[in-house]
Amino acid sequence: MVQQLLQIFWSFFKIGLFTFGGGFAMIPLIEREVIERRRWIAREEFLEMLVLAQSAPGPIALNTAVFAGYKVRGFAGAAAAVLGVVVPSFSVILLVAIFFASIRHNAVVDAAFKGMRPAVVALIVAPLMGIVKGMAWWAMVVVVVVGFVVWHFGVSPVWLLIAGAVAGVVYVYITSRNAKSDQQ
Amino acid sequence: MILLELFISYLKIGFFGFGGGYAMLSLIQNEVVVRHGWITAAQFTDIVAVSQITPGPIAINSATYIGYTVAGFWGSVVATLAVSLPSLTIMVLLTRFFFKLRDNRYVAGVVSAMTPVVLGMILSAALLLMFPASSEEASFIDGWSWALFGATLIGSWRKVNPILMILLSAVAGVLIYYVF
Repeated sequence: MVQQLLQIFWSFFKIGLFTFGGGFAMIPLIEREVIERRRWIAREEFLEMLVLAQSAPGPIALNTAVFAGYKVRGFAGAAAAVLGVVVPSFSVILLVAIFFASIRHNAVVDAAFKGMRPAVVALIVAPLMGIVKGMAWWAMVVVVVVGFVVWHFGVSPVWLLIAGAVAGVVYVYITSRNAKSDQQ
Repeated sequence: MILLELFISYLKIGFFGFGGGYAMLSLIQNEVVVRHGWITAAQFTDIVAVSQITPGPIAINSATYIGYTVAGFWGSVVATLAVSLPSLTIMVLLTRFFFKLRDNRYVAGVVSAMTPVVLGMILSAALLLMFPASSEEASFIDGWSWALFGATLIGSWRKVNPILMILLSAVAGVLIYYVF
């Protein structure tokens, strides 16, 4: 039993270590490790897991780890998978943070960061434009309004997420009630 | 109590971090830059840059980094733990009840109504990095910045590896601002 937990930890440690650039980049790694090598979950289950991991809060990488770990060994398995995914990232960043403070004011490092900052912004903007293009006009309006309100007024996105959830429930309630009264 | 504040902030970030990575940026930014002022907008951009070239999800990376900057080693432990806890509990619950929840029309309605909000959060993260409150926090300092922005934008549409683009823009930064 302990051996299986160690196996889960080790598998997700490897996945965490080689996930650069976050969530979606780790999908092929998980596929190879969890489905093909260990055969812990089936491929159809994996696709459902992706939907779930994206609609639940939290980093997608972490959510997939919880799902797979839980499927294999219950709560202990989920905890082992989370630890596996977190430890590589935690230790690398801790080292970076410790040494970064001492080199941050170095002129070369400073110049490198001046170059990286606009590139980082572009990496954030790029996928956004692709997704928004295919949306309904009202959804585009929501995107722009939320973006502006959070940016310009510093409103916490938490309130807007709650408002979105409530709007979704109200919309479903009204449309299903109308559908019922049409039948009568 | 700085550790408690860190814990609560990152618990909130984990709990409301719908949409993963980039969408979480706006939440993290709102907590650590706007509300608590633990770091500046420019420092925040640097952390995102470091996150891109190191392994692991941005949420975890930023928790470890900001936790360390604000309160040393224990700060990094507390923030990382706090951001992971909501995922662990919510996903375990969802995994148990998923097959019952999946076909519920209210769940579907909530998910589809939250999608544009999540995208708006990504937009606000980008806007805050592009037009910060003060000029010393600026990510865009001259024409070269916009050129690098444009080049990376085109690169990501052509599916160029993001790590490669970050590293190339670091080299470009050294050439533009240090060598010449």
